[in-house]
Amino acid sequence: MKEVFAPLALIAGVIFVLTTVSAGLIWVERRLLALWQDRYGPNRVGPFGLLQVVADMIKILSKEDWTPPFSDRAVFILAPAIAMAAALLSFAVIPFAPGISVVDLNIGLLFVLGISSLSVYSIVLAGWASNSKYSLLGGVRGAAQMFSYEVFMGLSLMGVVMLSGSFDLREIVEAQRGLWYCVPQFPGLVIFFIAGLAATHRLPFDLPEAENELVAGYHTEYSGMKFGMFFVGEYLGITLICSLITTLFFGGWLGPVLPPVVWFFIKTFFFIFLFILLRASLPRPRFDQLMSFGWKVMLPLSLANVAVTGAVLLAL
Amino acid sequence: MYALLMVIWDILAHAFRPRVTVEYPEKKAYIPPRWRGRIILSRDPDGAERCVACYLCAVACPVDCIALQATEDDTGRRYPAFFRINFSRCIFCGYCEEACPTYAIQLTPDYEMSEYRRPSLVYEKEDLLISGTGKYPGYNYYRVAGIAIGGKGKGEAEGEEQPVDVRSLMP
Repeated sequence: MKEVFAPLALIAGVIFVLTTVSAGLIWVERRLLALWQDRYGPNRVGPFGLLQVVADMIKILSKEDWTPPFSDRAVFILAPAIAMAAALLSFAVIPFAPGISVVDLNIGLLFVLGISSLSVYSIVLAGWASNSKYSLLGGVRGAAQMFSYEVFMGLSLMGVVMLSGSFDLREIVEAQRGLWYCVPQFPGLVIFFIAGLAATHRLPFDLPEAENELVAGYHTEYSGMKFGMFFVGEYLGITLICSLITTLFFGGWLGPVLPPVVWFFIKTFFFIFLFILLRASLPRPRFDQLMSFGWKVMLPLSLANVAVTGAVLLAL
Repeated sequence: MYALLMVIWDILAHAFRPRVTVEYPEKKAYIPPRWRGRIILSRDPDGAERCVACYLCAVACPVDCIALQATEDDTGRRYPAFFRINFSRCIFCGYCEEACPTYAIQLTPDYEMSEYRRPSLVYEKEDLLISGTGKYPGYNYYRVAGIAIGGKGKGEAEGEEQPVDVRSLMP
């Protein structure tokens, strides 16, 4: 009995915590953006405005869930579900603490990269099914951007894999007991961080939903909870990238005194703050600048990183 | 690259700046005395209505939110029988105040006039009239104007000379 229910309880717990944290991130982001723009942000609903999330949820759930008559109905409904499912599935292999991870895959890193690539489908399908020009433009941009940044996102992690000799995220964390990989793999960290920004299409790389060019990009036609799923899916994506950075470069749950889960959360939240700070400060590049930066700068850099890491490892 | 990092640092430093937000219901922003807010009708120093129902405010109003009807009392003094401002239309441009020849209609620094029902935004004369003189103390139109009304004949206004008989050459 226990063998059946313990994993189920763990899965339910992880999903509950993640969706709550991602919804709470909406409040965190609004408060932080306000902090950096000399404002207060939502501070009225509940203590420090914390219940703003609940208010937003009530509002978004009670909104009319409208499917445009010109849309491709089945795909239109499927797309936001893919966005959330792809983000949640990747968390299955992330080790939050020594005892807390859903599965212990020996190809965990590949699994994460594969599943997070699936979220391209949600953008492309949403853009296509909406049957409106802005949505389609956003979807096409999303596809191009995510394909080109996935390439060196994977490559930037190969240094970590070479150093630890494993695709298993748990073993990668254990291998960082002596020295976190942010030191020997600093170029990899920077490249992965930029690729993560592009993969979660956060500012400055939010061209798929660029408000002042494409209305809202691929989710222009969405409303109600379907839009809410895209929204929460985006924050899940941020949490995923930040927990991956923590796991791969900053020693995951490792840390003194405090319990492992707390360390994991502290590190993850630090990178979430960094994501939001970048959103508050950097302007959006043009799309051709984005593509040429990806292919002409980041890809050669990540290849060089792989080559140098491999050469050093061979020489040692 | 250096510029980008400096921008990020600058934005981070903004966390320690004072906030520009005024948390409204608890604290209120400073409103200058000439603020164009809720419209009132003022009275002259004697306590009578200043409005002479000339319709200039209603004509000047770009959104046609002012409605009034002129009438006269038994001394010949004009006043509005009704004076109605629809504040759900009013854009607070202040043209009525500029048009008013008697300083009767004035805009005040009050802006808290929210209502739950739209008809409550239609103000009648008794809602608009205040007991004082507003921004122009001491001004009394009928006391300086050359018009003859009950109790005051021609040439009896402040600073007004006696009417000249143009058919006579005598000084």
